[in-house]
Amino acid sequence: MAMLSRVAEHLYWMARYLERAESTARLVSVNGSLILDLPKHVRPGWASLIAITGSDELFYKKYPDAAEGHVVKFMLADEENPGSILSSIRAARENARTVRDIIPREAWEQINDLNLKARSHLSGGLSPKWRYAFLNEVVLSIQMISGVLAGGMSHDDGFEFMTIGCHLERADMTTRIIDVRSSSLSQDPSDVLKPFENILWMSVLKSLTAYQMYRRHMQAAVRREAVLKFLLQDSEFPRAFYYCLCTVRNCLSRLPRSAAILDALLPLKRQIDEAKPEELSQEELMLFIDELQIKLGEIHDALAKTYFGAESAETTQSQAQG
Amino acid sequence: MTITWKDYPVNGFYDELITFAGDPRPGANHLLRHLDGLTEAELQERKAAADAAILSMGITFTVYSEAEGSIDRAWPFDIIPRIITLREWQRIEAGLKQRVRALNLFIDDIYHDQKIVKDGVFPAELLADSQNFRPECVGISPPRGVWAHICGSDLVRDRDGTVYVLEDNLRVPSGVSYMLENRMVMKRVLPELFDDYAIVPVDDYPSQLYQCLASLAPEKLRPNVVVLTPGIYNSAYFEHCYLAQQMGAELVEGRDLVVGDDDCVYMRTIEGLTKVDVIYRRIDDLFLDPEAFHPDSTLGVPGLMRAWKKGNVALANAPGAGVADDKVVYTYVPDIIRYYLGEDAILPNVPSYRCVIPEECEYVLANLDKLVVKPANESGGYGMLIGPAASTEQREQFARLIRNDPRNYMAQPLLSLSTAPTLIDHLVEPRHLDLRPFILSGQDIYVTNGGLTRVALKKGSTVVNSSQGGGSKDTWIVDWEAA
Repeated sequence: MAMLSRVAEHLYWMARYLERAESTARLVSVNGSLILDLPKHVRPGWASLIAITGSDELFYKKYPDAAEGHVVKFMLADEENPGSILSSIRAARENARTVRDIIPREAWEQINDLNLKARSHLSGGLSPKWRYAFLNEVVLSIQMISGVLAGGMSHDDGFEFMTIGCHLERADMTTRIIDVRSSSLSQDPSDVLKPFENILWMSVLKSLTAYQMYRRHMQAAVRREAVLKFLLQDSEFPRAFYYCLCTVRNCLSRLPRSAAILDALLPLKRQIDEAKPEELSQEELMLFIDELQIKLGEIHDALAKTYFGAESAETTQSQAQG
Repeated sequence: MTITWKDYPVNGFYDELITFAGDPRPGANHLLRHLDGLTEAELQERKAAADAAILSMGITFTVYSEAEGSIDRAWPFDIIPRIITLREWQRIEAGLKQRVRALNLFIDDIYHDQKIVKDGVFPAELLADSQNFRPECVGISPPRGVWAHICGSDLVRDRDGTVYVLEDNLRVPSGVSYMLENRMVMKRVLPELFDDYAIVPVDDYPSQLYQCLASLAPEKLRPNVVVLTPGIYNSAYFEHCYLAQQMGAELVEGRDLVVGDDDCVYMRTIEGLTKVDVIYRRIDDLFLDPEAFHPDSTLGVPGLMRAWKKGNVALANAPGAGVADDKVVYTYVPDIIRYYLGEDAILPNVPSYRCVIPEECEYVLANLDKLVVKPANESGGYGMLIGPAASTEQREQFARLIRNDPRNYMAQPLLSLSTAPTLIDHLVEPRHLDLRPFILSGQDIYVTNGGLTRVALKKGSTVVNSSQGGGSKDTWIVDWEAA
């Protein structure tokens, strides 16, 4: 049976929100540990997390400054922040609830459980002592949900939409992290961070759980050039931009009516393929990343238009007759 | 403290598990002994396990509250099951089948020749004022002459042990998913009891439902069956989802469907439009089709009635089936059974007084302090007068209502609903309950093995609706003679 448009959309968003909650949990966790590695006077602090998630406006309207407690609360627990872990999990759960007849029962139970658990363990998550345990639990729970979905749900059209949602979200997060971390390095006026540059790039890799794979595949010290190349162009690492893009393309190629979106994807793929991120100056890099983000947005819009939106009366009628 | 059954207060009500003398009823022996053998801590542990299972399985119902919008609540569940012997159940099952068969013949007659009216068995004026009679349905012949495909009848037991039919729900009865989930939870928390008993399983309901629905599109090998829900904010959304999932049917909302120029129903999919053959609708008649009924309804599908009338799509329950769900029509069901089937009703109605009949109306008005008065078309316990508990003003108000519109009221003596042992905090106390079995009519008639037992958790209360503090129990049909 063909998949309902509305169901496809809910599955897509469910996967996106789960991925968002997971990557936010990693981000907060890695930043916490990075800060402990740096001498007090050069610590980059917590403001960069707000920038990475693009929520400066909302954050500074509610909180006086980017002190650790404020940022962590905002990223974990603030229900007014649609990108907070709690909000993302709640949104994933609402989407899952709407399609619980489509996804395996265990997956629904795990998502529902995660929502309950995240809420009840939250106070622990806000205290520095238990933060790591809390975030780790969130990450592992979402990994388990992905496992249940991958192993227990038919890899049908619905699964393709989930995979697309997950990988668009990943690609988006990868570009955001590169953008903000590299800009914090370039904006460091007195070069105080210079000696710690590779610790910072290591943290970039770790926020994307890419450190170990980077070592294996690049067999290089952690340097800006190699990190950029790996995170943007690697075709095997699941959080690399290029990998995400290829996954989206493969999923689309198995879906009906995808020709136009696939055509639009092709130039972006070529662009990544041919880019030499290691040669880009900081300014050029930021422009390049901006461009990638705009294109990700365009892919989403094309998906929504082709698959999710209510059809116009005209197509409805012509198809009903056909 | 463990349970000591000799301290259990039977209180003069019929108890489902324990006799007036304090002995276990047939079939309840094992259960009581087993519960007896659990320590207080063990009992609480099982209860906690049930609560945890319900929470993590996401078994919820939605409560509408003005303050917070709608809230999803965990389903209230009591771990002590209610037991009915197979022998008693078989008689009830036969009674329910007979009843639904007659009701379907009645509805079909009402929308065609109205022979029962012409023969003077059913008063014409009742029909004229019926809120759920749909003139749009006159002359329509749904597949197999069946209108009410899914019926949920409420049964109660009185002090002397007689089981009565309290009402028949023929529009969009809910609760069956909780019946199935209750069993699932019981198997998790008291598995050892399933060794001692031959408990008739309940979980073939979804496949029976699918078969019943698929039989409405007889010409198709694999018809497209969908469940039509008002959406996630509906109080029964959990159930809509659950049934769709269990049947492998698509769960759709009105906005997912469209009626084409060819008067067929299609759903919007990622491939374009796909034809729909059977709709198990869980939205009320008047919201089904804004072209035919409420023009501002956004829940339904414009043109759906047109498609249905042409026979291009089957609707379950059929629009208009609610005509037999009227509480005044209910009082005629024994006559309806006799008229169409030539049989006496196997299951009695609760004795009822019809305010449309002048002598009976006089009796009702003179005895308001002893009677329960019900309006014809409310559900969920709304708009009723419970005479013995009412104030003089309330009774006077109802006397006026009845005099103004006798057609809209019927009255019944206040029943002494039976009780069953229920775990309340740390004690086992008697609580009143009812039972809602579900009857499916397609090619064949099928009755669930038992049904949903609803319990009034408040002491002395007979209000079992979950939105008003009711809970539920697993219902065991037990072949204890075979055990």
